[in-house]
Amino acid sequence: MANDPIVQVRDLRKVFRQGDLDVIALNGVSVDIAPCEFVALMGPSGSGKSTLLHLIAGIDRPTSGTVLVQGINVAELNESQLADWRNQNVGFVFQTFNLIPVLTGFENVELPLLLTQLKRSERRRQVETALELVGLSDRMHHRPDQLSGGQQQRVAIARALVTDPALIVADEPTGNLDAKSAADVMLILQALARSSGKTVIMVTHDPKAAAYGTRSLHLEKGEIAA
Amino acid sequence: MALPLKYNLRNVIVRWRSSMATVLGIAAVVAVFIVLRGMARGLEASSGNTGDPRNVLIVRKGSQAESGSLVSREHFRTLLYMEEVARNERNEPVISAEVIVMVTAPRRDGSGEANVLLRGLTPRGMELRPQVSLVAGRWFEPGHHEAVVSQRLARRFAGFEVGGTIRAGPTTLAIVGQMDGGGSAFDSEAWLDADEARSIFERDQYSSILVRPRDEAALIRLVKKVEEDKRLTLRAEREVEYYAKQTLTAKPIKIVASLLGMAMSLGAVFAAMNTMYASVASRTREIGTLRVLGFSRRTVVACFVIEGGLLAGFGGLVGCLLSLLMNGYSAGTLDFQSFAETVFQFRITPDLMLLGVAFSVAIGVAGSLLPALRAARLPVISALKAP
Ligand SMILES: Nc1ncnc2c1ncn2[C@@H]1O[C@H](COP(=O)(O)OP(=O)(O)OP(=O)(O)O)[C@@H](O)[C@H]1O
Ligand SMILES: [Mg+2]
Repeated sequence: MANDPIVQVRDLRKVFRQGDLDVIALNGVSVDIAPCEFVALMGPSGSGKSTLLHLIAGIDRPTSGTVLVQGINVAELNESQLADWRNQNVGFVFQTFNLIPVLTGFENVELPLLLTQLKRSERRRQVETALELVGLSDRMHHRPDQLSGGQQQRVAIARALVTDPALIVADEPTGNLDAKSAADVMLILQALARSSGKTVIMVTHDPKAAAYGTRSLHLEKGEIAA
Repeated sequence: MALPLKYNLRNVIVRWRSSMATVLGIAAVVAVFIVLRGMARGLEASSGNTGDPRNVLIVRKGSQAESGSLVSREHFRTLLYMEEVARNERNEPVISAEVIVMVTAPRRDGSGEANVLLRGLTPRGMELRPQVSLVAGRWFEPGHHEAVVSQRLARRFAGFEVGGTIRAGPTTLAIVGQMDGGGSAFDSEAWLDADEARSIFERDQYSSILVRPRDEAALIRLVKKVEEDKRLTLRAEREVEYYAKQTLTAKPIKIVASLLGMAMSLGAVFAAMNTMYASVASRTREIGTLRVLGFSRRTVVACFVIEGGLLAGFGGLVGCLLSLLMNGYSAGTLDFQSFAETVFQFRITPDLMLLGVAFSVAIGVAGSLLPALRAARLPVISALKAP
């Protein structure tokens, strides 16, 4: 069963209504992603990469078609089920890091665990493990504005993996980073797929970043390009 | 599960500029609210404190207050020989016929003249009011044109120190002592001998009678007898009840307090709302992020309501501290029945302050409800796209 796809996307369409205009962001996308894959999602601006990522991760709903993640039809969950599902099964990494500015690195990473039943000591252990994994144990009590971009993104990755989700999605995680920090982040994501059993889906414009992945998918005007 | 309180606390601190404006605005509202309530409390206390439950005060039927009442000497004599009246160890009836006269005196602060209530009373009347004690000089002696003023009045009127004088009709009274009414209505009075008062002001009649019945049963009988006797056009009631009714003077202040409180709190609600709207607007992407992590709409609403309550609660605490500056401060106001200057103390009590803080939190919660709902209504995906 290990090679059953963890993500199955079928005939996925997403149409945004903008005034009188229908914008077709995804036009019938079908794709399977296997466990422990590290997929780089590429394509020109406006091709629907982010939209596909959002639908897989359950932060937006498709116009038609289905997304199955670990056999669960994400679109069938109601809003609060979806929130719980995201909390337990998906970790997010954003281009702009999206850390809470008034919380320290430790507190930011702890946030998703506040929704679990874990005891304080268990939360602490898990947060410390996650921060260790991204190599930031020494800076965990700094606030985001006291960290470099690369360090902030590593905190964000720790936050994404602290709940031990099966799926990690990242939307241009290196878009705001210098080459050195970008390489650090790529190595971490790669290690997550290779040795931590995570499935990683990453949107990127950068072929160098995509090269860390196990596979590249190209989107073109809302469709998978051959 | 809610977000940790430190998250809200730090957000309030980080936005200290706008937080401070809101905190100070709410502090002002709460301080005014508490001080006005403290004023009403003080006024109520000054009449509520007054009297002895064993005493009966008798005034003319239809008189709202002692100062507007007339009791003839004949009626007094009828009362004097009623068997219900207690007797002291010298077998004298414990009853005091008293004369109330208004005189004017210059205020110490130079803001013109105000009415002062002069009470002519007998030694029995003094025995019936053990809560009043002499604190300086000596008591007045009948026939010597002497008076004793309350210490609180002395602080507000010029020439009321021991050795000073009060203008009383055609003559002047020498002030030979100061008394303390223990926070009662007597703190707004000056006392002299009853017969002397009648002769100075050429009064044939008394204003009121204070009497101590022998016991509770006698008291009830006496009140009934006075009320039912058609010849006596008098009204009798417990002294404490009479003064409790005089508390009505606090009513206008309470009305002003609630009107002002309502208007000001409405302003404060809008101030809090403004701050919270700005806070929500600048944190839209943060809210989107929290939602992505799995926090529910309800948690987001709670989070901003808590933050608004916290912010306003700080204002409430500051307002309490401000209001404490007024605690114990003596002030005068016009008694709306006798038009005499009534002296009272602001009473800023812990329960009032607690009420003030609760009031401020309510302001914060009311003000942040709409901003919080706006924060939660936003779809995750649009919140994330905010700058
Ligand atoms: N909320 C929205 N309302 C209207 N149109 C939208 C919305 N979100 C996306 N679109 C449109 O859908 C299309 C795909 O957008 P998407 O963000 O997925 O592109 P992308 O491939 O991620 O581009 P980029 O590389 O610039 O991030 C675009 O034409 C975009 O304008
Ligand atoms: Mg995009």
